[in-house]
Amino acid sequence: MKYVMLVYQGDAQERQAALSEEERKQVYADYQGINEMPGVTSVPPLGLAQNATTVRVEGGRTLTTDGPFVGMKEAVGSVFVLEADDLDAAIEVAARVPAARYGGAVEIRPSEVYW
Amino acid sequence: MVARLDQVFREEWGRVLAVLVGFLGDFDLAEEAAQEAFALAADRWPHDGLPANPRAWLITTARNRATDRIRRERVRTAKYGLLGSVDRAEEPMDASTFPDERLELIFTCCHPALALEAQVALTLRALGGLTTDEIARAFLVPERTMAQRLVRAKRKIKAAAIPFRVPPPHLLHERLDAVLAVVYLIFNEGYGGRDELAAEAIWLGRALAELLPGHPEVRGLLALMLLHDSRREARFGDGELVLLADQDRSRWDTGQIAAGRAELDQALALGGRGPYVLQAAIASLHTEVPCDWAQIAALYGQLGRLTGSPVVELDRAIAVAESEGPEAGLRIVEGLGLDDFRYLHSTRAELLRRLGRVDEAREAFRRAIQLTGDGAERRFLERRLTELAGTTPSPTREPRAPA
Repeated sequence: MKYVMLVYQGDAQERQAALSEEERKQVYADYQGINEMPGVTSVPPLGLAQNATTVRVEGGRTLTTDGPFVGMKEAVGSVFVLEADDLDAAIEVAARVPAARYGGAVEIRPSEVYW
Repeated sequence: MVARLDQVFREEWGRVLAVLVGFLGDFDLAEEAAQEAFALAADRWPHDGLPANPRAWLITTARNRATDRIRRERVRTAKYGLLGSVDRAEEPMDASTFPDERLELIFTCCHPALALEAQVALTLRALGGLTTDEIARAFLVPERTMAQRLVRAKRKIKAAAIPFRVPPPHLLHERLDAVLAVVYLIFNEGYGGRDELAAEAIWLGRALAELLPGHPEVRGLLALMLLHDSRREARFGDGELVLLADQDRSRWDTGQIAAGRAELDQALALGGRGPYVLQAAIASLHTEVPCDWAQIAALYGQLGRLTGSPVVELDRAIAVAESEGPEAGLRIVEGLGLDDFRYLHSTRAELLRRLGRVDEAREAFRRAIQLTGDGAERRFLERRLTELAGTTPSPTREPRAPA
């Protein structure tokens, strides 16, 4: 089963900024640990949500707005692809993502082919 | 014969469906196949008599139907150059040793990745064999809504690969809690008068106790439901709510009380001290004459420490009022938040009434009535308020003892 894991930072980045050096190292190590897990494929790192541009098309006109589609806090922070046996296995990996314990969240989407 | 058939269908539906879901790996396909097999049985068995092994007949028939369907699909998809992916259905199956996979099924139905209302509906459909229409009526929603709820849940199970298995040990405790919560929720829906749901929940509770005999909370929940349900007939008189102290004890189901106590004893023997076991112990004490309110208050104290629930504190207050007097009970009640909780106000009202503080009691009854929807409970409160209006307080009546 292939899952696309969407990591939302929420307040996590602010909260992590207040952590001790040691705790912060643990956060980096946890992210690195996830990237190195078998079954995980990382995608190129996403830049900051405030640097995003959102494009919509209404009545044939392209509307471009500054920022992410939803609010800054709700924007996707990073993405990785996980190959796992089932949803329980994916939930266990999601629970290891530091953002999930610092006020953010991980959304698990089964990957699907629509064409 | 028809009654006998209903009985067989009732007993076998969950087991047959569970085996098929496990085998086919597809909830929808399994359900359709099971439905076809049961329909065929309903058609044939009344004339031909029951087969020697009804379960094996149902599973084999359903499996064959599903396999046919998969083959047809495969031929069709092959034409478009796509490949069908279900291969397990081609594997032979030993009809004499069908495993009981109802546990796997119930853990799938109650997976936390599904919405609670979907868990409830799916459990009733898959394990209880209720039709979509029956579930819809029991929960007072249109059949279409319920059908969509079920379809969406089954789709998610498949799309997100929610596993069909008993959770591994490190997840079992948490997942079992979710299963028990679903069963108890079904029971409580039924406790308000929809008897078929209460009976359904007890049936599920029995099945769980059979499947997980070593888990005290499973037995605790079953005991709790049996003990509550034993007083069902006496809880209502002419459609009106009757309090525990006023109930006609000859209408209590003594057989069910005994069964509930037996389950409770087993749970305690297994070392159970969890929330369901404690609640069952309390329910058991409620069926004793005279009622040991001090003991009940102590058990509510334990339960409150486990759950941290102010509602449990409110129940403890009632027991304390019985054992130590209304003043002591009221002191606990006044310390609770719960301003939007109708039982807080009805309890307060009764305790104030018993203390002769009529004006305050009246005020509290009115607040409770405001918070209570139409029905027996509201009419009960209105009667209490009317009784209060013209009379001097009679300190011998009960507060909200569990009805």
